[in-house]
Amino acid sequence: MPKVTIDGHTIEVPDGTTILQAARMIGGDVTPPAMCYYSKLKTSGGYCRTCIVKVTKGSEKDPRPMPKPVASCRTTVMDGMEVQNKTAPDLIDARNGVVEFLLINHPLDCPICDQAGECHLQDLSYENGLSKSRYEFKRREFEKIDIGDKIKLHMTRCILCYRRVKVAEQVCDTRVHGVMNRGDVAEISTYIEKAIDNDFSGNMIDVCPVGALTDRTFRFKSRVWFTKPMDAHRDCSKCCGKAVLYMSGNEVLRVSARKDMWGEVEDAAEGKPGWICNECRFEKKEVKDWTIEGPRAIDRHSVIAQNKYLDKKNLKIDVSNQKQIQEKAHN
Amino acid sequence: MGRKLLTQHINVPGIRNLETYRQHGGYDTLRKAFGMKQEDIVEEVKKSGLRGRGGAGFPTGLKWSFLAKPEGVARYLVCNADESEPGTFKDRYMMEHLPHLLIEGMAIGSFALGCRTSYIYIRGELMYVYHILQKAIDEAYAAGFLGKNVMGTGWDFDLFLQCGGGAYICGEETALIESLEGKRGNPRIKPPFPAIKGVWDCPTVVNNVESIMAVVPIVRDGGDAYAQIGIGKSTGTKLISACGHLKKPGVYEIELGVPVEEFIYSDEYCGGIRNDKKLKAVVAGGSSVPVLPAELILKTANGEPRLMSYESLADGGFATGTMLGSGGFIVMDEDTSIVKNLWTFTRFYHHESCGQCSPCREGTGWMEKLLHKILDGHGTLADVDLLWEIQSKIEGKTICPLGDAAAWPVASAIRHFRSEFEEYVRNPSAIRKDHHYYRVNNLNPELV
Ligand SMILES: Cc1cc2nc3c(=O)[nH]c(=O)nc-3n(C[C@H](O)[C@H](O)[C@H](O)COP(=O)(O)O)c2cc1C
Ligand code: SF4
Ligand code: SF4
Ligand code: FES
Repeated sequence: MPKVTIDGHTIEVPDGTTILQAARMIGGDVTPPAMCYYSKLKTSGGYCRTCIVKVTKGSEKDPRPMPKPVASCRTTVMDGMEVQNKTAPDLIDARNGVVEFLLINHPLDCPICDQAGECHLQDLSYENGLSKSRYEFKRREFEKIDIGDKIKLHMTRCILCYRRVKVAEQVCDTRVHGVMNRGDVAEISTYIEKAIDNDFSGNMIDVCPVGALTDRTFRFKSRVWFTKPMDAHRDCSKCCGKAVLYMSGNEVLRVSARKDMWGEVEDAAEGKPGWICNECRFEKKEVKDWTIEGPRAIDRHSVIAQNKYLDKKNLKIDVSNQKQIQEKAHN
Repeated sequence: MGRKLLTQHINVPGIRNLETYRQHGGYDTLRKAFGMKQEDIVEEVKKSGLRGRGGAGFPTGLKWSFLAKPEGVARYLVCNADESEPGTFKDRYMMEHLPHLLIEGMAIGSFALGCRTSYIYIRGELMYVYHILQKAIDEAYAAGFLGKNVMGTGWDFDLFLQCGGGAYICGEETALIESLEGKRGNPRIKPPFPAIKGVWDCPTVVNNVESIMAVVPIVRDGGDAYAQIGIGKSTGTKLISACGHLKKPGVYEIELGVPVEEFIYSDEYCGGIRNDKKLKAVVAGGSSVPVLPAELILKTANGEPRLMSYESLADGGFATGTMLGSGGFIVMDEDTSIVKNLWTFTRFYHHESCGQCSPCREGTGWMEKLLHKILDGHGTLADVDLLWEIQSKIEGKTICPLGDAAAWPVASAIRHFRSEFEEYVRNPSAIRKDHHYYRVNNLNPELV
């Protein structure tokens, strides 16, 4: 089992673990952001370049540093590898550059975007973006299109992470869409006017890291942080039947798969990703369709957690941190 | 006169045809190869010191020896005949005139690597070369140099000619493999490298046309003989496609190590600058390598004559040096606008970026627009600085080297010719006559 050190934290991980996975095992600040990698989708990752890290020591055997930043989601750790994520200012500068590129053709229309509150790009732009864009030219414009009766595509928001193309390849049984054109005019679209009509197509909405794919049965109904997320399940012959209902009073506004702290679909049974079918997602919108298990535990970090802390005992005030803040204020 | 290993017979009438090619020793080397052990052929290529002629200059013998050899799994040799780097046109010329040299090289290489099927992947726009090659392949099949039981040796070998869609990115080896498999030509993320998982997920070697052709003289005369030509780690001969403001542009086979000055000015090669103008700058290895001003292309930073070799051209790193690359030698005289030239290059990379990774997808377009702005007299000094910063944020942060290829010309042009950018910024009235910028950006000239 190789040992890897990331920002000074050492961890032993199984062979074949990527730097990103190792960092997630350590957790916290050490974890690079990821927009296109999705652990449940094979061959995902490598495209957005937000997860780049600096390898200062290749391995015990070959201690040379790697000459260029590497995509942590696609680079496997070697024994003795040393990696810098947050601790290298030049790397952070490089990552800021990637974010600036990503935001050229991504309008930050968070106030009217369905993804707001669940969006990693929002976090990323807050943490690694400039307050003002230096790009002064015309940006991409698209008409919104309905791809099928359940999904709407806002191509302007698409960052070409390829995740949903992988869903179509790996989770759905037909693939009717993909990437067309090259470079900065590349776009995701359906094969000549075909709609996406597949039992599992709704999962594309869940894997989209931004607000490019929206659930037509939920669009603009509410901001997610005003909803009450509940774990629920039902007997379903097509999928695992385990979902999260986003409720307002007794009304089910949205149904999604259950997601983990990285925003990825949780495993259902036997280590299989808990993708849900379109019937559960789009058609079962009554409380009586479901067995409600109880409120969903939401990560404190998330905006959805606003006023919904479950376990108040864990809400201790971090005194050490406060001390630091006070000291800083005094200096 | 320098020795010629590849172009020796190029002017023989009818050398394109099998009969004539054979009269000049064609396919004798293939016969010789069959008398050798496969690993000995690889060994000769290693000894020759041949470095890949497609751009990166990776030693061919070493690449061949990396090829995984799992039991019961097919292996492939793929010839990269996409040739898209602006300024590079040597492979096209060679295939047009000496198709059988390529086929013989493919057969020898495939035999040495234990392949039963190999591919030549050619750019779709080169239809007339495609027909020449296909005719030659048909001839070779009919004569028993390809197909079942090649030359009675019991080895079955198929060679397929595959047409590409004509995208620059399809020249990148993993994108080429994707395209060959019938998919969109997007580069794959490495590792795994093609030597482990290439065409149809089988071990694959991708080599440039010239590299494969060079295998024929190497096996014919031995690796040592080949290594004696050239200088240092730059062994053998190299095809240079010279273009731009030269008296005699064209494809030249040089012995590596010829001084750059001799290459540009001697009558044996380019014959000097057109209209006897002064030399301003050279892009020595295809549009993706750094441009060098006259004083640095003729002499290295410490004053020694610069030679046409991998080491000498790279001497000084990117601060004062460049790369031999694919051998596309673009010469600019004193009247050339570096900014305009750079805009042309950058437009190309912007257009050809596949769009998979964010820095290249968004950054190439941004650079192009800034250059256009400066070129048309609307730029500021801050734009020049921004341009510098954008290229630095693309370089080294992308999936494939196209990002670097787009960044290097920008970096080198600003590094060596910054004053020219500033001239555009400071004297806009001289330039603003051209209203292209207004048109493209939908602006009213009266209001700007
Ligand atoms: C964007 C891009 C375009 C390329 N185009 C070509 C090409 O047209 N022909 C070529 O031989 N190599 C091209 N290459 C280099 C190939 O990826 C590969 O290195 C080469 O074919 C290997 O052959 P060699 O070892 O014989 O040099 C290109 C690389 C990149 C990044
Ligand atoms: S996708 Fe995210 S960053 Fe983009 S507009 Fe929506 S919330 Fe904002
Ligand atoms: S560097 Fe450019 S061409 Fe290469 S994979 Fe990335 S977007 Fe595509
Ligand atoms: S998450 Fe690694 S490149 Fe996108």
